[in-house]
Amino acid sequence: MTTFLGMPHGTGNLAGGPFPREARKALADDQLRANLGRATATIRAKRAVAVGELPDWEELRAGGAALKDATLARLDEHLLRLEAAVTAAGGVVHWARDAEEANAVVTRLVQAAGADEVVKVKSMVTQEIGLNEALAAAGIAAWETDLAELIVQLGHDKPSHILVPAIHKNRSEIRDIFVREIPSAPRDLIDDPALLAALARAHLREKFLSARVAVSGANFAVAETGTLCVVESEGNGRMCLTLPEVLITVMGIEKLVPTWQDLEVFLQTLPRSSTGERMNPYTSMWTGVTPGDGPQEFHLVLLDNGRTATLADPDGRAALRCIRCSACLNVCPVYERTGGHAYGSVYPGPIGAVLSPQLTGVEDNRTLPFASTLCGACYDVCPVAIDIPTMLVHLRQQVPPPAAERLAMTAIASVMRSPRRYRAALWLGRFLPRRLPPPLSRWTRSRALPQAPRQSFRAWWVRR
Amino acid sequence: MRVALFVTCLVDGLRPEVGKATVALLERLGVPVEVPLAQSCCGQMHTNSGYADLARPLADAFADAFVGYDYVVSPSGSCAAAVRHQHPRLTDKRVPPVLELSEFLVDVLSREDVGARYPHRVTYHPTCHSLRMLRVGDRPLRLLRHVRELELVALPDADTCCGFGGTFALKNVDVSEAMLADKAAAVLSTGAEVCSAGDTSCLLHIGGGLTKQGTGVRAVHLAEILAST
Repeated sequence: MTTFLGMPHGTGNLAGGPFPREARKALADDQLRANLGRATATIRAKRAVAVGELPDWEELRAGGAALKDATLARLDEHLLRLEAAVTAAGGVVHWARDAEEANAVVTRLVQAAGADEVVKVKSMVTQEIGLNEALAAAGIAAWETDLAELIVQLGHDKPSHILVPAIHKNRSEIRDIFVREIPSAPRDLIDDPALLAALARAHLREKFLSARVAVSGANFAVAETGTLCVVESEGNGRMCLTLPEVLITVMGIEKLVPTWQDLEVFLQTLPRSSTGERMNPYTSMWTGVTPGDGPQEFHLVLLDNGRTATLADPDGRAALRCIRCSACLNVCPVYERTGGHAYGSVYPGPIGAVLSPQLTGVEDNRTLPFASTLCGACYDVCPVAIDIPTMLVHLRQQVPPPAAERLAMTAIASVMRSPRRYRAALWLGRFLPRRLPPPLSRWTRSRALPQAPRQSFRAWWVRR
Repeated sequence: MRVALFVTCLVDGLRPEVGKATVALLERLGVPVEVPLAQSCCGQMHTNSGYADLARPLADAFADAFVGYDYVVSPSGSCAAAVRHQHPRLTDKRVPPVLELSEFLVDVLSREDVGARYPHRVTYHPTCHSLRMLRVGDRPLRLLRHVRELELVALPDADTCCGFGGTFALKNVDVSEAMLADKAAAVLSTGAEVCSAGDTSCLLHIGGGLTKQGTGVRAVHLAEILAST
């Protein structure tokens, strides 16, 4: 049973076309399949090694889950503590109900700073609310500074992975994008990763030095101190968080931890789960404003966008434990074959299949709960132990079924409940045809049916 | 010890040989097995497709059918997992311990050598629900290693799903087929004559694909191999 707590569902980039249709398009792209297969296999192997090193991994998992659950249970109190602490440290806190409100707040703040461009730290939440598009509509250019986000942005593309947004591109495709979009790129650029990175670096350096406003997301916020935390690998985040005059951080309300000490668990589990590293190269933490050092104006935009609605469902709220590591994407056999775009949401893969429908409301995201075989690989690797398969099954119950399917399921259940009808159905098994009518023909187009048995098991048992 | 066989509706109707093999194996090991005829389907398909309301009476009926036994044994990891993991959410009725065949043989009977002989090259797909819901681990492989004249070859990416997923195979047929194609290729790469598993549903999927492709590789249930002498 869900309780309405007065907050609407989420808006923004959280839903797309029907998953089966979008997946079919993705499956037809052999290059995409090859890129994804290679990339996910590599990250999977790295993660397995990094996690295997920790003798207390299961305890860290259980600890992370318990910390998040306890925090979510008193989220309202912790959020007010965070607001007080950020304000006391010289920051300004803004509350946004949905994507539109958050975009309006950020746009207003950038305009108030007199800027027409911002540099951005890679952030899922600003992808979720479509901030770049909203800023562009107001005449403000948003420059992505994470290498992969830059590739996606320059390619007029969309991210397809939470952590590795350009996972669907290989280096020769990246070379083509750079040659086309970066004015300083030499025409004869070769697809050498070091050269490509150097070109991006020179391109971005100008932006870091000229931009007066930066926009970031946050991996964590510590309620007791008002400290924000961003973990990253490239140093672009550190640049954005320290060089500009104004820093605007947009954060989902579930990213909060009560105390500084709580970070101990997540700063161990996040890098090992996401990049397969013991520690990520850059962990930036800042608390409000420090006179004469770093941005002199700090704004924190706290975003709901369907999170309170998600929190209201006892069987679904554990999705808010997610720390966006993307380990579940890398082990998912469905994601590995379709990539992220098929999910239509900025949150793809197994976590996206449970999070996106809850943020938007299941009625606006009906196919994602079915985009899984329930194989359970995601639950096994989740560093906060989200039981994604069970949650998928829970969400499937909320999707209004097609009338014909409901009829068929009711008929099958009725057969199974009556020994007489069940025996009759087994007897009919001997007439199993070689091909089945639609929609069951979807089975026989690639799988042969078994030989029809002459008698059922129970008929044999009764007569033996 | 009163042991009941939960044969599963799929085996009952489509692959009765698996049920017969399970009975033959258990009786050979000195376990008189009973088959309560009130059993039908555990309701997993309904639960997993979003029809908990239709699954609830099936879970109730399951509990009624198996009341009073010491153990319920099933040649299906997936159906055993449905009873152990899903039924407690669907019904208050309690059932005896429901064990997948390899769990029952290794844990209850303490048998890894069941006296089988099977002169074939075999690869084993461990199936998702046996691996990750029941945690059967390497029990099936330990059983297979003791089968005389059986050559066991490792399956690459064994723990990856075959793409069946119940109604997923119909609702997301293209993704399901892509996964099946990769699983079939992995099976073929082993040069095995037989692909085995502890679940008839996965075997109908993998075996159906292998047959459709005309590979000549047969899908054979673990119980059938262990029953062979």
